[in-house]
Amino acid sequence: MSTKPIERPFDAEDPGYRAPLILGGNTFATVTEKVCGIVEKPKPPRAWYIAFAVSLSLTMVLFAMIAYLFFRGVGVWGLQVPVGWAFDITNFVFWVGIGHAGTLISAILFLFRQKWRTSINRFAEAMTIFAVICAGIFPAIHVGRVWFAWFLFPLPNQNLIWPNFRSPLLWDVFAVSTYMLVSTMFWFMGMIPDLATLRDRATGRIRQVIYGILALGWRGSNRQWHRYEVAYLLLAALATPLVLSVHSVVSFDFAVSQVPGWHTTIFPPYFVAGAIFSGFAMVMTLMIPSRQFFGLKEIITMRHLENMAKIILATGSMVGLAYATEFFIAWYSGNPYEMFTFLNRAMGPYAWAYWIMVSCNVLVPQLFWLKRARTSIPILMIISILVNVGMWFERYVIIVTSLSRDYLPSAWGYFKPTAVDLLTFAGSFGLFFTLFLLFVRFLPMVAMAEVKTVMRQEGPEPWQQKGPGDYRGDIPQLHDAKVIERETK
Amino acid sequence: MGAKERAAAAVESRGLYALLAEFESVNETLRACERVRDAGFRHWDAFTPFPVHGMNDAMGIKQTRLPLLVLGAGLTGMATGFLLQWWMNAHNYPILVSGKPFMGIPGNIPVVFELTILFSAIAAFVGMLAMNNLPMLHHPIFKSERFRQVTTDRFFIAIEASDPKFDEARTADFLREIGGLSVERVEE
Repeated sequence: MSTKPIERPFDAEDPGYRAPLILGGNTFATVTEKVCGIVEKPKPPRAWYIAFAVSLSLTMVLFAMIAYLFFRGVGVWGLQVPVGWAFDITNFVFWVGIGHAGTLISAILFLFRQKWRTSINRFAEAMTIFAVICAGIFPAIHVGRVWFAWFLFPLPNQNLIWPNFRSPLLWDVFAVSTYMLVSTMFWFMGMIPDLATLRDRATGRIRQVIYGILALGWRGSNRQWHRYEVAYLLLAALATPLVLSVHSVVSFDFAVSQVPGWHTTIFPPYFVAGAIFSGFAMVMTLMIPSRQFFGLKEIITMRHLENMAKIILATGSMVGLAYATEFFIAWYSGNPYEMFTFLNRAMGPYAWAYWIMVSCNVLVPQLFWLKRARTSIPILMIISILVNVGMWFERYVIIVTSLSRDYLPSAWGYFKPTAVDLLTFAGSFGLFFTLFLLFVRFLPMVAMAEVKTVMRQEGPEPWQQKGPGDYRGDIPQLHDAKVIERETK
Repeated sequence: MGAKERAAAAVESRGLYALLAEFESVNETLRACERVRDAGFRHWDAFTPFPVHGMNDAMGIKQTRLPLLVLGAGLTGMATGFLLQWWMNAHNYPILVSGKPFMGIPGNIPVVFELTILFSAIAAFVGMLAMNNLPMLHHPIFKSERFRQVTTDRFFIAIEASDPKFDEARTADFLREIGGLSVERVEE
């Protein structure tokens, strides 16, 4: 079984012709070879070691900062009345937001039959899980008396009082932990067939045993595939409303309160759009160097990057629209506190942060209207990093400016981060990259079994000739007897 | 085949788990599966490196009941969400917070929703594994060296010796006839 090398460059796309998803005349065997080869090489590229050393050191910084925080208390952060939430919750929302792209790619694009997702979904799902791990740390350590963090769980406290389920902060606990569990199951389930590939190719005993256990004895039998695909479809259908609910619930932490600048109904959709925006940017930031270093350019093609750039453009514009709507509603509401909050954001002491946010999130992605920008690696890389900078500042602006100046001018303040704030934030990147580097080293970074289903296949019947860009057969049971009969007539 | 002959054949193929035939492409496997299905075998399976659409019909596999299980789990999750919150906040230790009702639909929906999703997702994942009899780290079919290619680019059909229609010699011929490239004995 081979793919015919009838290829045009990806940009030869025109109506009626779609560029193939996998370039370079790859066959099933070469896809396996390329993806497994990365994991099977005795040594990773030198760049991997350098990156790993840096991120592991940063992870140590994170743990040291957390230990110091536990020892001294939350006073080591720059938190003061009136700003009681700053870097901690900003980082939490930032990381949870990044964690949305994975499920969007794996679940929503699956339901929409976007076949190009197969090259990048594994990667993005892994990124999601690591981002959610980073996110989970912040609410857990910001509680002050960490030894009471179990108050978050539905357990009775020492006075036998249960947690208050009518609080968005408790909804958050349920939403984020459900999200973490469901995305981990989805990720692992998707990986089972590929782990079986690694098991079957393993030469050493240790690898055989470890991958053998992880693959759970997968045999690739059609009776197994049948249930597997139904389970995959169900998980995608469940993860889709879940991913939308998670960031909506995160936005309720703010929207349900009375603080001007937080108390708005636009928050749930606005947060979800921003989350997808930042998540795609992070996927791109990680993907560009990975495909370069690990030789995956034929599997993760320019077309994949271009599609992601289009999504970044779309969601970036939605975020821009949300910023404008907030201003309009502040004026239209006639509420003086609301009006003041927004003028204060754009022109007050945090104007610098506000304008970083607007330029990175709204202005810079507009470059993606140009095809040249969407297909240039350096521009993609720079914009994706800027988007993440902008999205961090978005959360900072929302949280800190609103708290620093609310109703009473005598109670105003200005938040300044301490070194511990900055180092904890930097350390969370260390943890994220450490986990990510371990993932690319030891687990299959591309969903091989899924990629194989979108490769060109040959056969005697017309319906079997799956040409490049032929998007049929994405769901189980789609190609049932009736469809086949109709198509062969 | 008479009862005697069948018994003799059974003795001959004692210790045999299945006959394994290799195929080169998706379409050959699909065609072959239709033949095996039409020949009336029941204890058999096709093995492919990725899910092949149309294979369920070619093999005559019925739709799995997994969705029903997931629906049941989702409803259980929903009920758990309601009961948990009602029991803790409205029954066991009611506390009035900012005048909110002890149990109301809007304020309690998020947790109900999350638990519905959580229970359903666990059911989909665990149910799929359980119905597929996984984890099962040892299986006779792994004894075949050739079979290791199934997770890369090879396709196989295995007809098990436990099938009522199984007869070693005839089934082997049949597998060759439907296009099997190599027919191999897999021992128990």
